[in-house]
Amino acid sequence: MLMNGSQTVGEAAVRAGCRYYFGYPITPQNELPEYLSARMLDVGGTFIQGESEVASINMVLGASVAGGRAMTSSSSPGISLKQEGISYMAGMELPAVIINMMRGGPGLGNIAPSAADYFQATRGGGHGDYRTPVLAPAGGQELVDLTFAAFDLADKYRNPVMILGDGLMGQVMEPVIFPDFIELADLPKKDWILDGCKGREPRAIYSMLLGQQGELYKHNLHLQEKYDRITAEELRWETKGTEDAEVVVVAYGTAARIAESAIEELEAEGIRAGLFRPITLWPFPLPPLRELSKKVPRIAVFELSMGQMVEDVILSVGERAEIYFHGLPGGIIPTPAQVAGFIRSAVKGDGTVGRRIDV
Amino acid sequence: MSEQIEYTKIFGRPESLKETPTHYCPGCGHSVAHRLVAECLDELGLREKTIGVPPVGCAVLAYNYFNFDMVEAPHGRALAVATGIKRVHPDKFVLTYQGDGDLAAIGTAETIHAANRGERISTIFINNAIYGMTGGQMAPTTILGQNATTAPGGRDPRLHGSPIDISRMLAVSNGVVFVERCALDSVKEIRKAKKAIKKAFQCQLDDLGFALVELLSPCPTNWKMTPKAAWDWVAEEMVKTYPLGVIKDITGYEDKK
Repeated sequence: MLMNGSQTVGEAAVRAGCRYYFGYPITPQNELPEYLSARMLDVGGTFIQGESEVASINMVLGASVAGGRAMTSSSSPGISLKQEGISYMAGMELPAVIINMMRGGPGLGNIAPSAADYFQATRGGGHGDYRTPVLAPAGGQELVDLTFAAFDLADKYRNPVMILGDGLMGQVMEPVIFPDFIELADLPKKDWILDGCKGREPRAIYSMLLGQQGELYKHNLHLQEKYDRITAEELRWETKGTEDAEVVVVAYGTAARIAESAIEELEAEGIRAGLFRPITLWPFPLPPLRELSKKVPRIAVFELSMGQMVEDVILSVGERAEIYFHGLPGGIIPTPAQVAGFIRSAVKGDGTVGRRIDV
Repeated sequence: MSEQIEYTKIFGRPESLKETPTHYCPGCGHSVAHRLVAECLDELGLREKTIGVPPVGCAVLAYNYFNFDMVEAPHGRALAVATGIKRVHPDKFVLTYQGDGDLAAIGTAETIHAANRGERISTIFINNAIYGMTGGQMAPTTILGQNATTAPGGRDPRLHGSPIDISRMLAVSNGVVFVERCALDSVKEIRKAKKAIKKAFQCQLDDLGFALVELLSPCPTNWKMTPKAAWDWVAEEMVKTYPLGVIKDITGYEDKK
């Protein structure tokens, strides 16, 4: 099917068993709620246009605690408002899928694509010591596959999961193939949900832990163990042409697709450039990038932000390779030729495009 | 042989309440309100199909006392959380229990819109005209002249605005079928409150729409009064700003006296 990215995520979510969508309009992702407002009628699901992002994420919280596969979507300023609910769901260990089709910021910014919410997405964003897995599709078919993966991950770890796209990805039309609908009855049973206490002891799900015996302390250690498990088991990344590369470009999402085109241009000039594309942004694929940095002399980081993921790259690479960075503020999408200029400059080490990072 | 005496139990703890001593202050209305809610749930046979959403504020620990499924909502978001629950379980009974800071300040948007959508949810609104848990700051419901730690010298309409009457505001919405304001200051008013709560619950069972019962509730600690003086203050002062009685009733139910 030929669909834009936002609609793609909507259809994938329905097929992955999502029957509860709550959201508030914001450009550039409105095609997603619009699509689901009709689609949920077809499948007997629930679509509510909430009175705000804050209300919408808390409706997701309610649907999740009641046992439904629930989702919301938004774009940068709207995600800021949802952070309260995301923090609560992390504390209460409730699954949910949150889509962020990023736009330019800070503040109201603009509606053009950007990738400047990396820190917010990967560092918790809301208050408290928590993490949410963040999946970064590069568009098209991967939007389908990672939407399915996001619901499974959320349920498996009882944790909110974010899909981090951008306005370009949300609006570009690409051909995609959808898997069949999953059978809701086949999903693993949740033995913790609230559905009335008939035939069992009542349950309470809450995030306030006042116990004098270090209840909150223990809960946070428990959460950390979970995050450690996710870090060990759920890393995703992709490499292309990294063997014998003289430079490896690290980029995710839309930036990675532009970098891929740039790398093809450079091939004609005889420059051997590879691509390392993180797919999970948290947990960041640190071990494989560390291994790569032992074999490649130069790492070129390209982001549609002024430099956020580059900090994770520095943590991964250390002093094992030279690190170059080139970032652009939101609102302008560079051409492959411009990115090729950066990679060329990184290979020469002349620093005319971007800058060298001293570790 | 000794003679077997048969006893008939005429009063006890409702099954919807756990056998747990509460943390509420002496004279506080929450204990009474909890009991009324529990009695109504028992009498309607709802305990095993109820999912309750307590507030942030003094009643945040309600899950320690209520003997049914409970989920804690972020401050003010109880009706959004309840909306999500009710959409997954339309056949279950969903209850929110919220204070004035929760429902009438930070959660005003969630309150108005859930009510306006006509969500089949029952809401108990505890109005004690003050922020209790945080230590006596001004609430949107604080009455004119009333002292609060953030309204030294008393609430002044030019400085702080006037008390907000959420129940009357909600009554104009088409999604709302029943709103009644009661008080927890005397046996007579408490009996009326129980009837109102039961009626609000019935609205959800009969799929009519959104229903809310506002309970004027004493807060002796933060009002800096004895329990007796606090009850009197509800009856004599608070009711002038918040008159008791049915504010809206389009249920069609006959009121059995």
